[in-house]
Amino acid sequence: MTLAGFFSQLLQLAIALLLAPLLVGWVNQCRAWLSNRSAPSLLLPYHMIRKLFMKDAVVAEHASPIFRITPYIVFGAMCCAAAIVPSLATDLPFASAADAIALVGLFALARVFSALAAMDIGTAFGTLGARREMFIGFLAEPALLMVLFTASLITGSTSLPTIVDTIAHREFAIYPSLAFAGVAFTMVSLAENARIPVDNPATHLELTMIHEAMILEYSARHLALIEWASALKLFNYSCIGLAVFFPFGIAVGASNWLAILGAAPALIVKLAIGGFFLALIETLSAKLRIFRAPEFLGTAFLLAVLAMLVNLLLGS
Amino acid sequence: MTTLPLYAQLINLLAAVLLLLSFAMLAQRRVWSLISLFAAQGLALSVSTAIVAYGTRQPHLYWSAGLTLVLKVMLLPWLLRRLIRQLDVKWDVEGLINIPTTMLIGIVLVVFSFNLALPIAQLASTVTRATLGIAMASVMLSCLMMITRRKAIPQVVGFLSMENGLFFAATSATYGMPMVVELGIALDVLVGMLILGVFFFQIREQFDSLDLKHMEKLKEGE
Repeated sequence: MTLAGFFSQLLQLAIALLLAPLLVGWVNQCRAWLSNRSAPSLLLPYHMIRKLFMKDAVVAEHASPIFRITPYIVFGAMCCAAAIVPSLATDLPFASAADAIALVGLFALARVFSALAAMDIGTAFGTLGARREMFIGFLAEPALLMVLFTASLITGSTSLPTIVDTIAHREFAIYPSLAFAGVAFTMVSLAENARIPVDNPATHLELTMIHEAMILEYSARHLALIEWASALKLFNYSCIGLAVFFPFGIAVGASNWLAILGAAPALIVKLAIGGFFLALIETLSAKLRIFRAPEFLGTAFLLAVLAMLVNLLLGS
Repeated sequence: MTTLPLYAQLINLLAAVLLLLSFAMLAQRRVWSLISLFAAQGLALSVSTAIVAYGTRQPHLYWSAGLTLVLKVMLLPWLLRRLIRQLDVKWDVEGLINIPTTMLIGIVLVVFSFNLALPIAQLASTVTRATLGIAMASVMLSCLMMITRRKAIPQVVGFLSMENGLFFAATSATYGMPMVVELGIALDVLVGMLILGVFFFQIREQFDSLDLKHMEKLKEGE
């Protein structure tokens, strides 16, 4: 392990932890602008998290230990994922611990524990949210895996840093399969991050909630960790997308300190543009009925499979 | 990995778009949007034929590209739209098809036709031979569309899009058919369309609907 590698690993984790709430704030701000409302402060998510950390936690009387440890597990899984996904540099010592498939597993671990915690309390809304979340999850996961397999087929490796390295180094060529996979990945990300066509992150109507219904019972530091973890999840998904489909500006290979530091502004610019497009998609589309979600995610799966087939047939 | 010349990459891209449009047509419920998708498919076909013509210096393919453009992007969609307006079925929505299942069957068909095309493609000597699988897949998908749809107009669109797939297969395997054959097919499709248009009116007059399930009955008054 080189010193630069260690440094890039630490810096990347720190940037992910610090920037994730900012990304959420930015998306919310763009959404407010696009719908002609006055925008909340960019730093609102930070204030929220700080306020929640300072409050006293209230836990339901019959809560089991699962309910208490879930926020830490979810937050830990998202931190691990942030360490694996190459957002700044591809020279990540920790990334060899897990490949793209294990990364999907990490997201699934977080999902299973939040669903368990939601059912643990025994309220109707928690169970409803947990069921819907698993329903969305089991449709989104295969599509996500197919997208990652397409990238793996093109580059010949399932390790994310190697995939990004290869894609960043190749000659310019038009890859229809990558284009399909990119669209499929966007659709999956929308579903996984509880964004508008599938779930509304700003909803206050319990009957339409998915993600929010699961965390209704959480308060104070637990809620802060969960909110932070969902911001990290959005950050991770954006970074996977940016790294695989737009790997410009990432420090590739065994890099030096300067390249890693130089990659940070590029990442911020890319995230800002990506966040704006996310807000645009959310503004332009309406929330789907829950039973239309299989159609939406089925299309994502179809696109991902087509990407893989086209790649096998055309070799591009 | 050898990089293909730019025009071959563009053809591959357009072939992929063609396949995507076939799937979009399979999943489209509204008749009006279906025709827009059909026109888009024709456009992709015409552009890809023009690129093949440019890349391989086969001037007669420019004619086929132009013919496709005029016939399948302008004339046929216009005819279909006029028919829909006359029949007043613009907002017709096809119900009761399980779209995710149809899509999954579509994927199986694509895998099947890719496998089927591989040995044939190895015999061909054209640069576009890899797209033969896609052409066969879009023929199969149009066929599936004709099977799963119950209304008359989507079935006809499926038939026309099958012709698109066949045309693409001819271009990718042998750089197109002789001009006489191509003109003959174009005329066939046009005349077929006109006759089917007359059929639509007859069907509706007879059954008060364009739903073809009424035609499954053999006798009247059962």
